[in-house]
Amino acid sequence: MRRTPSGLTLPDPSRRTLLRGIGGAAALGAGIPLLSACGGSGTAADPKTITLGSKASDPVPKKAFADIYAAFRKKSGLTVDVNTKDSNTFQEQINSYLQGTPDDVFTWFAGYRMQFFAAKGLATPIDDVWETIGGNFPDAMKALSKGEDGKYYFVPLYTYPWAVFYRKSLFAEKGYEVPTTWDDFLALCERMQKDGLVPIAFGDKDAWPALGTFDQLNFRKNGYEFHVDLMAGKASWTDAKVRAAFDLWAEILPFHQEGAMGRTWQDAAQTLVAKKAGMYLLGTFVAQQFTDPADLDDLDFFAFPEIDPAHGQETVEAPTDGFMLSKSPKNKAGSVELLEYLGSPEAEEIYLESDPSVVAASTKADTSAYTALQKKAYEMISGAGNLTQFMDRDSRPDFTSTVMQPALQKFIRDPKGIDALLTSIERQKKTIFASS
Amino acid sequence: MTTDITEEIPEAGTVPPPGGAPGRRKVPSGHRRLLTRRDRLTLGLMAGLPTVLHIALVWVTALASIALAFTTWDGIGFDAIRWVGLQNFRELFEQNPQFWPAVRHNVVWFAVLIVIPTPLGLFLAVQLDKRIRFSRVYQTAFFLPVVLSMAVIGFVWQLVYNPDTGLINSVIGANEPGKYIDWIGDPDLNLWAVLIAASWRHTGYMMILYLAGLKSVDPSLREAAALDGAGEWQAFRNVIFPTLRPTNTIVLVVTVIEALRAFDLVFVFNGGAEGTELLSILVTSNIIGESSRIGYGSAIAVVLLLISLVVIVPYLVSTFRKERRA
Repeated sequence: MRRTPSGLTLPDPSRRTLLRGIGGAAALGAGIPLLSACGGSGTAADPKTITLGSKASDPVPKKAFADIYAAFRKKSGLTVDVNTKDSNTFQEQINSYLQGTPDDVFTWFAGYRMQFFAAKGLATPIDDVWETIGGNFPDAMKALSKGEDGKYYFVPLYTYPWAVFYRKSLFAEKGYEVPTTWDDFLALCERMQKDGLVPIAFGDKDAWPALGTFDQLNFRKNGYEFHVDLMAGKASWTDAKVRAAFDLWAEILPFHQEGAMGRTWQDAAQTLVAKKAGMYLLGTFVAQQFTDPADLDDLDFFAFPEIDPAHGQETVEAPTDGFMLSKSPKNKAGSVELLEYLGSPEAEEIYLESDPSVVAASTKADTSAYTALQKKAYEMISGAGNLTQFMDRDSRPDFTSTVMQPALQKFIRDPKGIDALLTSIERQKKTIFASS
Repeated sequence: MTTDITEEIPEAGTVPPPGGAPGRRKVPSGHRRLLTRRDRLTLGLMAGLPTVLHIALVWVTALASIALAFTTWDGIGFDAIRWVGLQNFRELFEQNPQFWPAVRHNVVWFAVLIVIPTPLGLFLAVQLDKRIRFSRVYQTAFFLPVVLSMAVIGFVWQLVYNPDTGLINSVIGANEPGKYIDWIGDPDLNLWAVLIAASWRHTGYMMILYLAGLKSVDPSLREAAALDGAGEWQAFRNVIFPTLRPTNTIVLVVTVIEALRAFDLVFVFNGGAEGTELLSILVTSNIIGESSRIGYGSAIAVVLLLISLVVIVPYLVSTFRKERRA
């Protein structure tokens, strides 16, 4: 079981991949959502039941969600009929699923991916829900839940930040200090290298982790607004600002773990567990690899260091998951009631009880049961000036998966070819963003 | 189809066109005695259903994807389909940095399969054909990889190639900084690493095909060659190998198919990252997903189809010509 933080379809050696491959082969010539009618439940509207399509197929989140629905039933007398699908399959089929007869409510991601389906008319605006739950969320979360038309389409449930992870004991033993500026960061990398450590653990076999590194460098160097414009296809990849972000990357690339393209993030995390690597830039899900509780207690993180004082460390990358309302829900009144409940601190607390690898999206949720890591993550997110999602959630997924993932792999291998690479990215971006 | 023909050839009338109502009740057809209404319905369904399925699943989809290759479509609503003419192809040929490597790798895939595992398979087949001791054991051992699916082979070979914990790097000590060999990630290495795994399987496949071919060589030919004083190599080159011509054709076709459909092994191995791009993987990565580029992916599929046709058409033409002659 693995979390795919980018949520993208990732080649990963698992049974699912094979099934996906087979599904892919079957879909090759088709191109038509022939099977779009599958997946939804065709039962007549029952005012006591709300159908919900869920991609939470892993046991931990599945149980955590089930607990919420059980509590909702107790409170409202309404039953949530959950239709769970393997999360990768769910994401792949989301297109035809939403066009067919989708469930009333479905689990999804905040940001561009939500806005995309909202703009296509495949989701119902839920401003009425937000009138009730609005007070529970900070402004950054509100912004994340709005479509391009300014209406609300999304109820966030939980979130988790990306940061630089390290082991407290290793830092204490070697006398390292948490770097807050770029120069400190470089100096620390050099020191670690001298001490025989891999300064920055790195695995990019699945091609998405490098997207996270670029995000940090770009919004630290060029600021949140430029990052958003770049992701939205408005700014140019041949802009000198982008080049500057890549130059910074080239500077720290020699401190990254060798052979990243053949290594998964899990294997890279193991070098941090084994104290062979000093730091690792990833989402908090890296904690899943710390199976020994003592090691887990030793895990800590810091925000990616400041590069340009004008932007400081105000932007935090925090992918957020939650719920949306499908285009014509059979039980609209019940769905609204459910979404209002899902946006309550109570629902979040129930979820976090079973899944402590994430933090609540709401500022009202009780944080007293949080682990030290969760508390820190929560502070980081609630104190953020701006929240980003992740490159493939903030931009068109077709662009990030077919253009950016291979391009960044190319850059990591050959940083000198950056100019030709950026020209190529920009050309491809133009055709993709022009296509619809 | 006229009624007299139906009467002349009773069988022809047993298969009514799918969906067409046989309204010619007046005709005192001879086959009525042979086939009851029920039989005809059954036969009609048996022939009609597969035809409908075949047309819907093979022809309609193939033609639809050819049509879609000239459009841009994100898969949401049919009204979102927009004609763009040759733009997808232009973009593919001129801008996609992965396209030409993918074409090249498909060709390399074919060439390697022909040059390495095919002769190796033939060699093994010839050796096993001599009924040496334990020949069954060897046969099974070499054939075993063929039984495994390519995806499983991908997993197995990852255990060998994994740069940190894999067999090779652990044995030769190449998983340390400075001496690091990234079999899966290094674009100069990974295609060859994958091809070794593919060849490992293909050799067994070729061996079995050739073994079957060799079994059908007339023993009297070998005897005659021996009587004429031909050495082993001479007999093989001048007598046995020429009789294997039909097998060679099959081998060629099978290898072409293997090269064009190469997908699963690489998909599991590294998802078609730099160095191992393949056309089939490009098609998949563009079509599958939440905001897919169906038009663009179809254009790649059409290129793959055209390449396949270049190989398939001459083969079919020659096969049919042979059949007509026979």
